[in-house]
Amino acid sequence: MMALALQYLLNALQLGSVYALIALGYTMVYGILTMINFAHGDIFMVGSYLAMWATLFLLGIKLPLPVPLVFLGALLFTMILTAALGVAIERLAYRPLRHAPRVSAVITALGVGLFLENFTLATIGPEPRQMPAIIPVQQLSWAGISFTNIQLLIIIVSIILMLLLDWLVRHTLTGMAMRAISYNRPIVPLMGVPVNRVISMTFAIGSAIAGAGGLLYGLAYPVLDPYMGIRIGWWAFIAAVVGGIGNIRGAVLGGYLLGVVEIFTPVFLASSTYRDFVAFSMLLILLIFKPNGILGRPTFEKV
Amino acid sequence: MKKTNSLFRSSLFALLLLFLAWILSSAGVLNLYIQQVLMYVGINIILTLSLNLVNGYMGEFSVGHAGFMAVGAYVASLLTVAVFPRAWGPFIFPMVLVCGGLAAALAALIIAFPSFRTRGDYLAIVTLAFNMIVKSVLENIDAVGGPRGYMGMSKLTNLVWVVFWVLITLLVLRNFIYSNLGRGVVAIREDELAATLVSVNTPRLKIYAFCLSAFFAGVAGGLYAHLLQFINPRSFSILKSTDMLVMVYLGGIGSLTGSILGATLYTVLMELLRPLELWRWVVGPLLLVLLMIFRPTGIMGLRESRWIRPAADKI
Repeated sequence: MMALALQYLLNALQLGSVYALIALGYTMVYGILTMINFAHGDIFMVGSYLAMWATLFLLGIKLPLPVPLVFLGALLFTMILTAALGVAIERLAYRPLRHAPRVSAVITALGVGLFLENFTLATIGPEPRQMPAIIPVQQLSWAGISFTNIQLLIIIVSIILMLLLDWLVRHTLTGMAMRAISYNRPIVPLMGVPVNRVISMTFAIGSAIAGAGGLLYGLAYPVLDPYMGIRIGWWAFIAAVVGGIGNIRGAVLGGYLLGVVEIFTPVFLASSTYRDFVAFSMLLILLIFKPNGILGRPTFEKV
Repeated sequence: MKKTNSLFRSSLFALLLLFLAWILSSAGVLNLYIQQVLMYVGINIILTLSLNLVNGYMGEFSVGHAGFMAVGAYVASLLTVAVFPRAWGPFIFPMVLVCGGLAAALAALIIAFPSFRTRGDYLAIVTLAFNMIVKSVLENIDAVGGPRGYMGMSKLTNLVWVVFWVLITLLVLRNFIYSNLGRGVVAIREDELAATLVSVNTPRLKIYAFCLSAFFAGVAGGLYAHLLQFINPRSFSILKSTDMLVMVYLGGIGSLTGSILGATLYTVLMELLRPLELWRWVVGPLLLVLLMIFRPTGIMGLRESRWIRPAADKI
């Protein structure tokens, strides 16, 4: 019984890691621009396609590359390209609207997300693609719990990325500028902080992390389709809101919480089709009692 | 004197439109395909008008209108298929649509409480969650077919009924917007705090507007279900809600004429683009993004045609 519970918990950690990685992007952009970047889930989708092509290419060339190198190469390629995509979206679609009503930006984000989905659908076609296995799957077991090396890899790589991000936000100049902008947007440019560059940087980092999430997700669930970003994206978004949108540690907490919800819903309700219902109801109930999320701080409207 | 005159003209115009719809659909002037497209245009006009009340006039941001449409569609279909005998269909159709609309309004009332505690982005989140919940619940109820969908409705929707409901929606929303309540709604959009200070009862007004909007979305859902004779939870996904947003922002926020224009243009455009197949779905979102950047107020902006504005507003 205990072993089974731990087993489920491990699965929840694996899924939660991916949700947390994507939720970080939502929360970072919200923290800086107070805008919900609804296209973020689709950046994750593009990321997993890019990862697929990168691994196909790296496995296809004749050089016998060692496995870790292929993985790192694919990871780097995916993260760089998704970062570029994120920056391009911000530059082309969101920057012209920075002084428009916030609703316009949110609608634009929805539009960009749909555009990415349907553009991928139209160019690549609707049939699902298979992610090649970079790393041969190995069944491991420890203290009665069985797990795969992939699961371990996903959890460890995610945690490394999250720690890296936390360090970046707390201990570098860019991170300090990000926190400053999220604290008080109008004053920061007066202090000589290049706001546009910091915002681009935020989009780059958030999208790169989502791209990494795409690769990791593809390792665990190797079937890719153009609409995969919708469900994962919404779940990650709930994670960000539940944790307190704008709060980086909250996003990680929310991500793991959602992982637990997704894995344990079928255990208790005997059907996996209720998981969306449970997750969104949880969100609604949370918003009634704690509108700012678990770790969010309340905002006040100044007159 | 002038007032009765314009009332007389408007009713005459409405009757003429209804008569035209009846002639065109029964005399075989229009082929079935064009009739079908016209009915889609009508249903989309109802949806766009109703969403415009919340997003355009009230300045709140609802992204889950397809959820209300789904409630209306399923309730109306259940009534005609499972509750009442099939032969009664044509006679009880208006009542059935009203029931669907009321069910949608009830759903709006339920979600209004959590959502109006906060403003702006959070309403978007709550309505979105509502859309997802409705879809998820429908997929899990076997009595309405679950993910396979629900069918068995007779084709009760025809051009005359669609035109009738478009006119009703236009009439009710126009009178609401230019009433005392409606001016309060616009005040909420401009500045909620200031509106409260001049004793607009903002929480109650928001709920009124939200429920009214949901009611017409539900009616449109009922019409849609009895036109297609088949509904499934996937047809009321977030994609449908986004379509409605495109139509509202294409036509113009805070303009009824704009909504009619936007819905017509978008529906006809999407029909014309059918040969593009998959690329057709790229056009809508792209259009939305370009609109937001280059003309965020839509075609009509906040302007309204002379026909719709009341006499007192004409300067």
